[in-house]
Amino acid sequence: MRNIAARTGSSIWYAVSETARKLFDYLLRPFLPGKWNPEYYTMRSKNARRGVIFILPFIIGFIVFMLRPLLESLSMSFNVIEIVPGAGYNKTWNSFSNYRYALRVDSSFSGYLLDQIVRMLINSIATLVLSFVIAVILNQEFKGRTVARVIFFLPVILASGVLPGIEAQNDQFNIMQGMTADIASSSGFNLSESIQSLISVSGVASDVFDVVFQMIDQIYDIVMSSGIQIIVFLGGLQTIPRSLYEAADVEGCSGWESFWKITFPMVSPLLLVNGIYTIIDFFMKNDNTVVEYINTVMYTQFKFGESAAMSWIYFGVAALFIGIFSLIISLGVHYYED
Amino acid sequence: MKTDTVRTKRSFWQENRRSGGYLLKKNVKSGSISLFRWLLVFGLCFMIIQPLLMRLTTSFMIEQDLYDSTVIMLPRTATLDNYRIVFELLNLPKAILNSLWTSLLMAVCQVISTTLVGYGFARYDFPLKKFWFGCVVALIIIPPQTMSMSLYVFFTNFDIFGIFKAINGKPLNLRGSVAPYTLMSLTCMGLKNGLYIYMLRQYFRGVPKSLEEAAYVDGCGTLRTFFRIMLPDAVPIILSCFLFAFVWQWTDLFYTRNFLSSYSLLSNELNGIVTRMGHYFATTAGTAVIVPPARRAQLISIGVLICATPLIILYLFAQRTFVESITMTGTKM
Repeated sequence: MRNIAARTGSSIWYAVSETARKLFDYLLRPFLPGKWNPEYYTMRSKNARRGVIFILPFIIGFIVFMLRPLLESLSMSFNVIEIVPGAGYNKTWNSFSNYRYALRVDSSFSGYLLDQIVRMLINSIATLVLSFVIAVILNQEFKGRTVARVIFFLPVILASGVLPGIEAQNDQFNIMQGMTADIASSSGFNLSESIQSLISVSGVASDVFDVVFQMIDQIYDIVMSSGIQIIVFLGGLQTIPRSLYEAADVEGCSGWESFWKITFPMVSPLLLVNGIYTIIDFFMKNDNTVVEYINTVMYTQFKFGESAAMSWIYFGVAALFIGIFSLIISLGVHYYED
Repeated sequence: MKTDTVRTKRSFWQENRRSGGYLLKKNVKSGSISLFRWLLVFGLCFMIIQPLLMRLTTSFMIEQDLYDSTVIMLPRTATLDNYRIVFELLNLPKAILNSLWTSLLMAVCQVISTTLVGYGFARYDFPLKKFWFGCVVALIIIPPQTMSMSLYVFFTNFDIFGIFKAINGKPLNLRGSVAPYTLMSLTCMGLKNGLYIYMLRQYFRGVPKSLEEAAYVDGCGTLRTFFRIMLPDAVPIILSCFLFAFVWQWTDLFYTRNFLSSYSLLSNELNGIVTRMGHYFATTAGTAVIVPPARRAQLISIGVLICATPLIILYLFAQRTFVESITMTGTKM
């Protein structure tokens, strides 16, 4: 009895000393020769040292330029920030009020956020489907395939950084040109619009069709953001052994069946990578309204604490969706061992 | 021999009848599939190319052409006036030169550090490896916007363990120089560096281990094995990482705005083109005027063209490197 009591009483110290010992083991021991580390000259210890030295730039960078600022901005999001010229800033604790400000008081933020989430869902599903279809097509033999490949990967360049953002400033002109085009075609016949009105009048599953039409309206954005995804899918498609298709062909499988039974399951692990990449890419774009709004709050309204809270909410939402997506995919993905 | 000549004389319809209608069905099916494929590919390619062409042609138009709905694609009266204005608005030679050397510098730094780190993750077993790799994934996922404010303050009062304060009496102000972003690039914290680490690790993991073992047996040290055995084979993937780093750095706005704002870089200049246009038109007209939207669109499209043209040329030359090394590493993501 007494023994047990003594042990539970010292359990905190035990945990602390154990953690310290583990930290020492992990971080320092491989580098210490002599009595601290009898294994110093073994291959394992040597490899550990080499590995740590190779990734040292990353470790330093991660701690100094990532972890520290991240913690700092987390603490900023819980404080009122006042800039002191020449000496950084002062903070005073005010718990969750920055978050409350971002979600309740600020009139635009939550609206932008919701809008962004809906657009993200629609866009990323469409991007995944479209990039998969394009990758399957580009993997087939046809005339002009090389040219098509060159063009399809062009968005990797054209849709990066400042270029799509500057397009957004062009809005006024786009509206104007749309109007002139409307006037020009008002006498004519507009195929897509008449189909759209026909379907919405017929009233069958009009909500679903609304989403579909929204996707079709944004097809340019979707194609522009699917360059990398196509490359990844294409890489996956090229690793499927031909013998699988031959076997299926001999057994009398049609092309459609072998697509669903071979191609799709073999490429499905890449859905995870691509899905995560798509979601992150969408959340971090420069022309994204939420990112723009956070920047405005920070650099023009100088509400540092509030903007930190907003970016943490934004990051939390992104992480949440990435988590949900990975969960769904990893439940249904088939891994092929060769 | 005889049967062959008989077969060639038979017409398509005879063949079709012999096969019980199968031949026709097959031909129609494959023909319609390739037609559909061609339509889809052509349509999507057109959609990607068309805005570029559009920008190219509108940049030569005069303002009236844009309001005229009978002018489609080709300008009625071609002019170079818009280009002259853009060259006056933006300090182009300087911006291009600055963009060139900063992008090169950053891309080189980023590629060196990410190659080392990727190799370390692929080949060595060390304590906390899984944890650090989790950090790489975090680096990919966490938006850099979350940290910009804190880094701003950090680089304004830069100090390593109080060394600079001891020498100078005050911490260094690194803002306005390339130092902050170079430091970040050297430590894998630049634009999308998590992705490059991931790609390089995937590549190095696929290289057979026996290569290095043979080198070790023959008496090569760690560094020599890395530089003599691993690097020469990895040139294509490293080159493609370099190209990505260069291209994305060239167009990047976030890092340039935060860390390189004092240099007139192409992306920064381009971002400010609209406000500058306002000033320009105000000074030429003498009073404050609204920039006509058509004019604005033309000037923006010239800016985009100037920014994108070098990259497109680069891409056309290095297209294979861009695509194929990703397909190489993409295999087992």
